[in-house]
Amino acid sequence: MTAAQYLKMLDEKLGVSGNEKDIQELIKKLFSQFCDTVEIDGIGNVIGRRKGTNNTAPSIMIEAHMDELGLMVSRITDKGSLNFITIGGFDPKVLPGTEVTVHGKEKLFGVIGAKPPHLVNDRSKASKIGELCVDIGYSKEETEKLVSVGDMITINTNYTELSNKIVAARCIDDRGGLAAILRTLEILKDEKIENEIICVATVQEELGLRGARVAASHIMPGCAIAIDVCHGESDDVRDDAFPCGNGPVVTVGPNLHTKFTKMMLNQAKKNSIDIQLEACSGDTGTDAWEIQTAACGVPTALISIPVRYMHSNYEVASTDDIEATAKIIAFTIKELKDGECLCF
Amino acid sequence: MFMFLKELANLGAPSGFEDSVRNFLKEHAVADEIYTDSIGNLICHKKGAGKKVMVAAHMDEVGLLITGITDSGYLKFNALGGIETAVLCSKKVYIGEKKIPGIISAKAVHLQTSDEMSTPLKFKNMYIDIGASNRSEAEKKVSLGDAAVFDGEYTPFGNNLVKSKALDDRVGCAILLELMKETYDSDMYFVFTVQEEIGTRGAKVASYNIKPDIALVIEGTTCSDVYGSMEHNQVTRLGDGAVLTAMDRAAISNREYFNFIVEIAKENNIKLQIKKTIMGGTDAGAIVTSGTGVKTAVLAAPCRYIHSPVSVMNLSDYESLKELSKLVCKNIERSGL
Repeated sequence: MTAAQYLKMLDEKLGVSGNEKDIQELIKKLFSQFCDTVEIDGIGNVIGRRKGTNNTAPSIMIEAHMDELGLMVSRITDKGSLNFITIGGFDPKVLPGTEVTVHGKEKLFGVIGAKPPHLVNDRSKASKIGELCVDIGYSKEETEKLVSVGDMITINTNYTELSNKIVAARCIDDRGGLAAILRTLEILKDEKIENEIICVATVQEELGLRGARVAASHIMPGCAIAIDVCHGESDDVRDDAFPCGNGPVVTVGPNLHTKFTKMMLNQAKKNSIDIQLEACSGDTGTDAWEIQTAACGVPTALISIPVRYMHSNYEVASTDDIEATAKIIAFTIKELKDGECLCF
Repeated sequence: MFMFLKELANLGAPSGFEDSVRNFLKEHAVADEIYTDSIGNLICHKKGAGKKVMVAAHMDEVGLLITGITDSGYLKFNALGGIETAVLCSKKVYIGEKKIPGIISAKAVHLQTSDEMSTPLKFKNMYIDIGASNRSEAEKKVSLGDAAVFDGEYTPFGNNLVKSKALDDRVGCAILLELMKETYDSDMYFVFTVQEEIGTRGAKVASYNIKPDIALVIEGTTCSDVYGSMEHNQVTRLGDGAVLTAMDRAAISNREYFNFIVEIAKENNIKLQIKKTIMGGTDAGAIVTSGTGVKTAVLAAPCRYIHSPVSVMNLSDYESLKELSKLVCKNIERSGL
């Protein structure tokens, strides 16, 4: 399957942080095609292990998070509509005019309406989350039978190919990373690899890297590559952003293992895969931050897919960047061997 | 039962680009003569001996017009009609005849300054992403002057409600198609107008040509019976029936005509509500002042979140509007107007 096909399949499943069941089941199935064992740990991470040919070689964990942003019902209003809170860092400005699904006793269609202009008190201020509500078309009494406070709300979008390689989807952050893991496993399917490959889809990244902390602590891999997204460049975004389609972004800085990262960069160069470099002086804001200091410490590298409009209804990225990510990781895994590059 | 409405609502036809709706209506209209005029209005004439009555609904919906292409291949745009800018960001649109998909976009939340975070987006802060990597790639797909319409299918939900991007005014178009099947004593002109949303331009031309004695405008109208709005601000309410306008920014109803409609509703037990504010304007504004002046009324279905991709209507209101409009047309000869 292509990176785009994996991404589409993964984007169609839901997995709001803390409620990852839907996406978890799909990943378990997909990992099983390439792994000797697949398990789900206590917090909900999916962990697939593919045995290596040399059990003294360090294991390598390749990781991406499977959770996504979402909304949660916080109150049923006297009109029967629903106030909500956000799970993860949503921009309230993208929500008015959006179609949603409320996961109550049944799946309910709803819309986030905008107040008519003549009822908006201060038109110079953007609406705050607390001022918005989901309209599911029922009275208060009817709604109370169908929906409870705490029910999940997800955004309705359709995976859309904008052009040949550029796609728009609900959560390329971080289904794009998971698609890269699956492509990596597919590329290496018939290769003999010395190292055990441990592929991990983590939960609750958006709430503070919680799944990765747990996973890395009990797996204690020999080294790890975290795959996440970074900001894509667009007309009004030039700083701290990278063009989509020019290759994935490899981060350097204290959060990442220097020699391991260098080895990865060399592999990209040797195999003529375009990459972009990002320097980060501290917290990368990704699972790599937790993995590096988990248990007795894990040499960690970070590779990111540039995504435009991160944390909105439609994120946009290049599927070529996902494929290139997979290739770089596959070459890195093949080169890892006895883990010489992990020493200081 | 609501087939016409569903099919019409799913068509894309912003102001000035009404072809798809006009073609659909032409195909389904039942009249003695069917013709289009110079601006693109579709006129369906059912001959009768009585007064000349013009029943109007507009074909156009609010949309966007592509006004620029940037060097990096993004599209700049402006509104076709009165779109609330707050509903635009992060929505999918289809552009031009080739229906090129694009996403209305703006800076990611992490990259905004605190001022940007709390300020509503304006047209100048947004652009449409069609996945083009530069200007020439974008120009192969899109031209300046192409129109964009919102994505989103007609969707029934909740307690007898529907959601669509274009209830205003496919509701009117669907009702006119049904009204045309009836017989009338009056000389009936069913008129589907263009360019209502950018200033009731089609209706002005149509009423000048037709010179009706009486006119009835069928519309989708604003509704704000939602959480956080005070009783007195609730212009109309979903489920309370057809809406009769006493006055808006563009027209004031003829009093005898107004009373006649209220009476018909009462006689026939049809739910009717009176619009509570004077916001907005419709084709009635253009018709009422045309020629030597035309007695005009506006009947509408209330639509929440009007002029957004997700406007919402109660199908029972649609039924009330259809029944009442039909009876008004059938009884207009005895109205004494």
